[in-house]
Amino acid sequence: MDDTSEATTVDRTRAPRPTRKWMPAPPKSVVGLAVTAVAVAAAVLGAAFLTVGAVRGALGELEAETAWADVWLYAAAASAVFLFVPAVKGLETALKARRLARVDFADARAATADAGEKAKLAIGYAVAVLMVLAFGHFLIANEIAVGRTFFDVGLIFETFHLVGKAFWVNVEIFVIAEVLVLIWGLLIAVARLAPGRAGAPIRLIATAYVDLFRGLPAIIAIYLVGFGLPLTDLPVLRDMTPTMFAILALTLTYGAYVSEVYRSGIESVHWSQTAAARSLGFSHGQTLRFVVVPQAVRRIIPPLLNDFISLQKDTALVSVIGTVDAFNQAKIIASNHFNLSSVTTVAVLFVLITIPQARLVDKLIERDQKRMRAGG
Amino acid sequence: MALVEIRDVKKSYGGVVPVLKGITLDVEEHQVVCLIGPSGCGKSTLLRCINGLETIDSGEIRLHGDRVSGPGVDLDALRRDVGIVFQSFNLFPHMSVVENITAAPIKVLGQSRAEARERAMELLARIRLDKKADEFPDRLSGGQQQRVAIVRALAMDPIVLLLDEITSALDPELVSEVLDIVRDLRQEGMTMVLATHEMGFAKEVASKVCFLYGGVVHEEGPPSQIFSDPHDERTRAFLQRIIEAGRL
Repeated sequence: MDDTSEATTVDRTRAPRPTRKWMPAPPKSVVGLAVTAVAVAAAVLGAAFLTVGAVRGALGELEAETAWADVWLYAAAASAVFLFVPAVKGLETALKARRLARVDFADARAATADAGEKAKLAIGYAVAVLMVLAFGHFLIANEIAVGRTFFDVGLIFETFHLVGKAFWVNVEIFVIAEVLVLIWGLLIAVARLAPGRAGAPIRLIATAYVDLFRGLPAIIAIYLVGFGLPLTDLPVLRDMTPTMFAILALTLTYGAYVSEVYRSGIESVHWSQTAAARSLGFSHGQTLRFVVVPQAVRRIIPPLLNDFISLQKDTALVSVIGTVDAFNQAKIIASNHFNLSSVTTVAVLFVLITIPQARLVDKLIERDQKRMRAGG
Repeated sequence: MALVEIRDVKKSYGGVVPVLKGITLDVEEHQVVCLIGPSGCGKSTLLRCINGLETIDSGEIRLHGDRVSGPGVDLDALRRDVGIVFQSFNLFPHMSVVENITAAPIKVLGQSRAEARERAMELLARIRLDKKADEFPDRLSGGQQQRVAIVRALAMDPIVLLLDEITSALDPELVSEVLDIVRDLRQEGMTMVLATHEMGFAKEVASKVCFLYGGVVHEEGPPSQIFSDPHDERTRAFLQRIIEAGRL
């Protein structure tokens, strides 16, 4: 008892050790950065006008040169002037900060931070504009070769109804496959969690299935199912359409992925939840059904949607078994016209349906993280 | 015949780390038995063995004279009648307070929804949380959550209630609201086994105090004797440290 109380008492007989002084330092000047920002803004403005010149030349070859196009192009190039707004302001503030550093460090620091922020803003936007300009050059390079091959607007409009109609086949495949995958994946996941020694063979076969279909490329699964099963001439199977085989192959493949998502969700539910449920007399099955899976499902929605986005994109693979989906239709058009613009249409359609889902996933993840921080 | 008879129970984790090294203990009807002892002495493990959450290696546990340990025991049936409340509450976060309480009576006992809800509301009124019936657990304080967890166990109308350090995860000012419920239950004659670090409370409510150390019951007796005149050397040292820490 005694020795512990002695250790905590301050020894008053000695003078306290002096505390080191805090040495205030002026902020590092950002004048150099601000000058760079102004220079970059000037360079980008020059590059913008050069690009407009090149685009006008390309339009001239197409005989699509109009006064209105000129107005728009030069207006767009001139808008690069706005880069000077933050760049110049940043330079002014940086110079002011350098003067302030002789008077008051705190004010100088604030001004320096402000100047640095503005200079970086100007540079950030300048880089973005440069990338857009580079893409513009890519499109018109080699007598608009890229533009003509991928973005033949006339052909896109002409063939849109064909491609759009075929895209419904993709939609049909992924909607049905997604519903089936949700059910099939859960069954596999539960089988992989079958309890006890009696569950061991079930776990083994479910694991083997998942290993097989996670390792098997989707395109090969589609090929084997779509071409192989009709050859067996088995009842039911022989009456299935290529679209149905495509749905079956994608369900088998993605069922394996989604079962892993379910399983990680189920295993992420803390074992104390299972202990609490079992302690109330719930059986293994009831615990999964009423306590574990409902909590798991909430957590797995983001990874599940990611898998669904992949599944939707993989519907384009069904063209290998001759299903006339959007990609196959677009390829037919492309070979007839010796131009890939119809394939661009398909690409845009896929991207368009994916973006809202990707944003939704982001939102859900953000919401979950907020809830975690709130401690619930 | 005691209500719960624990006979020479041994248990080790993974067959190598012994936790219980031969525990023998009787819990009579209406008794409140407090298990005290340092962390890792096997208090929680013993409770979890009684309701079959952990399997024992040897020995036996009897409930009303019927052996409820070993192979072939219907653990779901055992757990219906032996309630347990955990240190970390373990409420179901996706269910409202009243759903937490009614889930097992409905799904396990087959009560009707209305019947189960009526009983749950009665119990919630007793702990003055009937206004929170439709809230979710994350909206409740720790003390409120633990009170709901106790009520959830009571809704199954258990024969014995096991309380596993139910106040250890609570802020000090929330401890008393939880302990008040345990006092009430004692008044009603509920048979309870508590693992606890609240020595003052153990002294007040226990019919019998058991000091566990290293997986063995070193001393058991009425609280008056254990706390004021411990015979065992280890018990004395343990209580001395508790007193020095200002916790008794």
